[in-house]
Amino acid sequence: MAALPPTQRFASEESGRGKHVLARTVLYGTAVIFSLFAAIPFGWMVLTMFKTNNDLYNPRNNPFLYNDPPTLANIDLLWNDTSFRTFIFNTFLIAIVVMAITVIIVVPAAYSLVRLSGRWGSNLGILIFLVYLVPPTLLFIPMTGVIADLGLQNSKWSMALVYPTFTIPFCTWLMMGFMRSVPWEIEEQAMIDGYSRIGAIWRTVIPISIPGILTVVIFSFTLTLHEFVYSLAFVQSSGEKTVSVGVFTELIRGDVYFWQSLMAAAALVAIPVALLYNYFLDRFIAGFTLGAVKG
Amino acid sequence: MSAPALTTRNVGKRYFFDSERVLGPLMLFPAVIYIVALVGFPLILAVLYAFSDVTVGDPRITGTENFVGFENFRDVFNDRVFQKALRNTIVFTLVSQVFVIVLANVLALVLSADFHGKRLVRFLVLLPWTTPIALGVLGWFWMLDSVYSPIDYAMRQMGLLGPDSVFGPGRNMYWLGKTDLAQGAVVLVHIWRTLPLATVILLAGLTSIPQDVKDAANVDGAGFWRQLFYIRLPLLLPIMAVAVLFSLVFTFTDLSVSLVLTRGGPVNDTQVLSTWAYFRGIQGGNLAQGAAIALFMLPVLIAIAIGMLRLARRSENN
Amino acid sequence: MAIVETRKITKEFDGGAVKVVKDIDIKTVDGEFLVLLGPSGCGKTTLLRMIGGLEKPTSGEILIADQVVNHLPPRARQIAMVFQSYALYPHMNVKNNIAFPLKAANVDKVEQKRKVEWAAGILGIDQLLDRKPRQLSGGQRQRVALARALVREPNVFLLDEPLSNLDAQRRASARDELQQFQHEIGTTTIYVTHDQVEAMGMGHRIAVIDSGTVRQIGTPRDIYEDPADTFVATFVGSPPMNLIPRDDDLIGFRPENLHLAPKSGADAASGLSFNLTSIRQEYLGSEKLVYGEVEGVRTVARMAANATVPTADGGDVTLVIDNADIRIFDRKSGLRKQPAMATIPTGVA
Repeated sequence: MAALPPTQRFASEESGRGKHVLARTVLYGTAVIFSLFAAIPFGWMVLTMFKTNNDLYNPRNNPFLYNDPPTLANIDLLWNDTSFRTFIFNTFLIAIVVMAITVIIVVPAAYSLVRLSGRWGSNLGILIFLVYLVPPTLLFIPMTGVIADLGLQNSKWSMALVYPTFTIPFCTWLMMGFMRSVPWEIEEQAMIDGYSRIGAIWRTVIPISIPGILTVVIFSFTLTLHEFVYSLAFVQSSGEKTVSVGVFTELIRGDVYFWQSLMAAAALVAIPVALLYNYFLDRFIAGFTLGAVKG
Repeated sequence: MSAPALTTRNVGKRYFFDSERVLGPLMLFPAVIYIVALVGFPLILAVLYAFSDVTVGDPRITGTENFVGFENFRDVFNDRVFQKALRNTIVFTLVSQVFVIVLANVLALVLSADFHGKRLVRFLVLLPWTTPIALGVLGWFWMLDSVYSPIDYAMRQMGLLGPDSVFGPGRNMYWLGKTDLAQGAVVLVHIWRTLPLATVILLAGLTSIPQDVKDAANVDGAGFWRQLFYIRLPLLLPIMAVAVLFSLVFTFTDLSVSLVLTRGGPVNDTQVLSTWAYFRGIQGGNLAQGAAIALFMLPVLIAIAIGMLRLARRSENN
Repeated sequence: MAIVETRKITKEFDGGAVKVVKDIDIKTVDGEFLVLLGPSGCGKTTLLRMIGGLEKPTSGEILIADQVVNHLPPRARQIAMVFQSYALYPHMNVKNNIAFPLKAANVDKVEQKRKVEWAAGILGIDQLLDRKPRQLSGGQRQRVALARALVREPNVFLLDEPLSNLDAQRRASARDELQQFQHEIGTTTIYVTHDQVEAMGMGHRIAVIDSGTVRQIGTPRDIYEDPADTFVATFVGSPPMNLIPRDDDLIGFRPENLHLAPKSGADAASGLSFNLTSIRQEYLGSEKLVYGEVEGVRTVARMAANATVPTADGGDVTLVIDNADIRIFDRKSGLRKQPAMATIPTGVA
């Protein structure tokens, strides 16, 4: 075996290191650019939140600095002088109802599709997930009619009723991924040990699936908070609105935008929801790849 | 040691719920009911509405006198705003998705490597998707304001804006006020929003490439670029298709961006099918026309659904 | 009364296209350790699961304690089953794992405690009661699974390859413990395995199963010395029985029954002799195996480690076998024919 001449070997070693430094720089640079692009509107939101009117509305001022010291007055305004509190309350109320409905319906459905439906079970699971992709913007017009028919127009309960139509498909598919990882032998053992199928499920599958159920709860919550189209269409009066819609439509008095309060409202909701969603994203990915790999 | 005798009392009734054949459908029933009643039924209703004369004031279809044939479709189609909306929907979606595919691949590669601050970068990069869309777009709305945009300020400081400068004598760009700028802004925000979703899906695909394959490539002497184009990208193709289909749906059918950013303006130049359906159907009260407008999204959605199902079938056969 | 009986039990899939279990009839003997032995996919696990009630038979009947139980779910059959993975409930500690069947039967708390301690005592796991399954070794988990099975005082234990998950070292001592356990308790046990050494060592009787049918049921001695067909003959015993074709028959003999021809003339009347063309030898310490060909068919001979095979590799050696050690099988069906001494073909010496 011929060895490389010494000079040749030395050269490739050095350029290798140089290449490595270049690669790392490109990596970090790209990461920074993408991060900035994604986060800049939020940064701007947070900055604006604490600005005084004098500072903000003076076009001569450098907008990136606090020319007047930062103030909490805008948040105070938001909390006390607007319907923001009502929006938050409505949203949470709806979210709790939606979470409950979703969990109660999704857990048995996911179990059935994973354990009891054989081959067509996973196909049906995919079909159910596809329902998630039926856009609200296609359904919201007839849905408005249905809601009006049911007498629920302009009420927050219209949303509590309709939101599960997208949380259920999404979360069923998520839950299916989790349930597939529960060893089926445990259930069979429980049935041999003396429980009916339902008893076995309740005592073995459910306790083991708690992380999955928790993920379903969190995702129902975040999906509820994200929703915009239905609440825009169904509800007109301020007292029944959710945060997404309320902030957009209500924090404008006449033609005047109370920008700082508006931004405060946006940031105060957007960022915590993002944190929550992000934290559970890894579980979502696990569910997604499990689902994708196993069909 | 003797075992207790077996008893058979009321066997038929007691063990009814043990039967898989009973329990399976039973557990699935509520979910199916919900979907059929609140998704399937409205879907059918959407079609019916489009052929009827329902309004917000009178949303019931009581009899055949409500039906007006293709009148709604004709009215809608001849409307210039609708034509604009149709064109915009297609153009915005295609342009933004081309960018998203390329950028998502780059970003997924970046996020699959290890580096300091990776968790922070991941959080920031995912922000546009993980926050409620209406609120995120509000941030852009403020950032692109006609008077107070910080981008304008920066441009002014750099001499790109203001009297005797590249971008014109005005002190502001009017990002959301000028037609082409507004349209560009909508496309940009769409990219901003769906990039994280596409990236996450691709990232999941990247991490599922078995290590053995990568090791074999390394042993075979393949460098970074060769590995990228000959190994990773081909293996990623099915997942990329999934990512594309997802972001396509979310962009094509989106209402929030055009509504919050520009309210469809200026002069309806950023209307898309969903916002126009909203303006006509809900704000204007003409549910039938709104439904007709929204229905134009259906062909594309069906094509996407077929694409998804084919992908699913292929991954099952693999 | 047989504790477990199957009558023409059959299991088909895909509307009859795949027959996993075909018309199996088995009757257990009270208190016995019955092994279902066979290669992967032969249907032994499916059979066990049908007895347990986890699969529904396509046709045929299953009786437990003389009652037809086809329609009864597992919990009504008074059986206990131990899976290959032991299926311990990961979210409960050992005590609650063992008590689980008692809770299901609504046994009162005092009695539960007594029984759990009794079972744990027999299996020697008293100190482990507060641990969680993930903190236990493989052998400990097996004992917990057995304690849980024991606590119900069932009609029959069904064990599905419970030793496969243990490493080789552990397996030997676990086998020993399991046998002692069964002997002490005396409950009828049906044990599924693909390992014929395990089967031979543990079972009172072995049912050899292949492709969904029982080839033979008998004691280990019966199976080994009087195999009912060529499958049993070659599946049991390692190395397997040698089979030499002769006209319509297969002449079978075990490797250890081949002897070197005595120096003085062989007594042709009491056996057959063969010419082995030796290919290679394996020295195993306590014995050695000689691989070669007889009449073109691969043959193995087992002899003492210090036996001198009088020729080097590639040479011929004459081996003899006693008539009493010869088994004759029908060449087409593989079934055993009873040898009539006079008709043993002498073949070419």
